Amino acid sequence: MSNSITGKRKRPGDILLYGVIGLFTAAVFAMTVYFVVYIFSKGLRGLSLAFLTTAPNPIIGTLGILPSIINTAYIILLTLVFAVPIGVGGAVYINEYAKSRKLIRVIEFTTETLSGIPSIIFGVFGNVFFCVFLNLKVSLLSGALTLTIMVLPTIIRTAQEALKAVPVSYREGAAGLGASKWTMIRTILLPNASGGIITAVVLSVGRIVGESAALLLVAGGSAMYLPRGSFFQQIQSSGSTLAVELYRYAYSRGENEVGFAIAALLLIIVIGLNLAVKLIGKRINRGAK
Amino acid sequence: MTKITTENLHLHYGENHALRGINMLIRPNKITALIGPSGCGKSTYLKTLNRMNDTVPGVAITGSVLLDGEDIYGSTVDVTKLRKKVGMVFQSPNPFPMSIYDNVAYGLKIHGIKKRLLMDEIVERSLRGAAIWDEVKDRLKTPALALSGGQQQRLCIARTLAVSPEVILMDEPTSALDPISTMKIEELMSELAKQYTVVIVTHNMQQAARISDYTAFFLLGEMIEYDETQQIFASPKDPRTENYITGRFG
Ligand SMILES: Nc1ncnc2c1ncn2[C@@H]1O[C@H](COP(=O)(O)OP(=O)(O)OP(=O)(O)O)[C@@H](O)[C@H]1O
Ligand SMILES: [Mg+2]
Repeated sequence: MSNSITGKRKRPGDILLYGVIGLFTAAVFAMTVYFVVYIFSKGLRGLSLAFLTTAPNPIIGTLGILPSIINTAYIILLTLVFAVPIGVGGAVYINEYAKSRKLIRVIEFTTETLSGIPSIIFGVFGNVFFCVFLNLKVSLLSGALTLTIMVLPTIIRTAQEALKAVPVSYREGAAGLGASKWTMIRTILLPNASGGIITAVVLSVGRIVGESAALLLVAGGSAMYLPRGSFFQQIQSSGSTLAVELYRYAYSRGENEVGFAIAALLLIIVIGLNLAVKLIGKRINRGAK
Repeated sequence: MTKITTENLHLHYGENHALRGINMLIRPNKITALIGPSGCGKSTYLKTLNRMNDTVPGVAITGSVLLDGEDIYGSTVDVTKLRKKVGMVFQSPNPFPMSIYDNVAYGLKIHGIKKRLLMDEIVERSLRGAAIWDEVKDRLKTPALALSGGQQQRLCIARTLAVSPEVILMDEPTSALDPISTMKIEELMSELAKQYTVVIVTHNMQQAARISDYTAFFLLGEMIEYDETQQIFASPKDPRTENYITGRFG
């Protein structure tokens, strides 16, 4: 036996394993590409300017998805307005202020459980609680409140992780300079956790955009008209988001052209969101160097 | 003349009796070194001087610490003001992930100094005070984390100087640094002692002997001996001090 360190050998088992892994990776990649190309090839040509910027007009027989785009924007906006302050505030409270270990564990258990519940159950609950009990009717507002409960666990957990990841030495440094706890949270913790928090927000937007079943029950299943009246009247009226529209077109009407067009639009939004998350991650990493 | 007086100071971390009746007078504008084997309570003692131990769960502190005659553990004390007066430099450099300028300006901002000109002036003065101005003056807007370890530590000293403290506590400030950076910080400390009261924890006997005016030897939570540094190193009174200094244990 030579004592040299050269003579690297590949074992047959390794080669087989690498081969199998490579094959699966290629298959998953190919399927994704096929899927995206398929949706785009069928849907993109339907995305005309008129389709995107008008409401459906049954009299002259034109279709348009502007109402559902606006509904989607409203629901995203409202949900974030509710969920981000509560979620980030909750995470700060749990991490920085809550004294009782027991309370923390109860909250963590609850958030974890909530994040595993199928969305339709949130829909049923939201319908009973927001629409009926609080008398908010089937409306964009009820939809946003229901989605708030749905995305809150993700935001709390992610914000918590991001807060925990801020090094103790930064906290000590701030405290050593005389920063009060709240000052330290405001000037050191939150800015340093912002990358994680923004990622959570973007992922939540993805979830909101993609939700259909629950919203059908609490926000409404039709987007024939543009919202009317004041802002508050608008959010108290019912309306379907893009995903709900897609569900409706694809399922009940069989108008597949339209369905594919909406699908392509949703896909563009989701891909855009994921790119945004990537970019944010990159910028944050660069900032830390 | 004393800057800080500790009287019969006891500290418990839960069951662990970490400080056992420390009585000590720290003189103004001098460097006081705390030496002793690992775990003897040096860092713990240092932290009681600006109440950085307060938030440790299960900590119990009795006795008193007087700063200019005022009990810093008194019920009316504003910890924020205390820490502005008694600054701290940590064992490993811990600049914030911001620009060099913002690191130094941080303390000013949180204490309500907002005027740009005044801030610029204090930032420059503090960086000069920490002997790092020449190295960073052309890149004040670049990230502090890109500096070398030694530069980061001097930046942290500058950050502390910016809030105009009267006392600077340093917990092994050079233990993570190379010899040249260490030398720079030692020179800096002698310079600082003209204006500030400096208390430093060190494991390096030569360092204590070189730079400090007074030395306190700690062992198992007690302060065994405290005297002028020359006295401690030339003729310690307690055999345990002598054993430690000469390297026979610890
Ligand atoms: N945050 C803490 N919680 C509980 N016990 C602690 C804490 N910090 C220190 N101790 C304990 O208090 C005692 C003194 O620790 P301290 O850190 O003051 O020692 P030290 O003299 O600074 O040691 P070293 O030279 O290794 O830094 C040790 O027994 C240590 O385990
Ligand atoms: Mg220590």
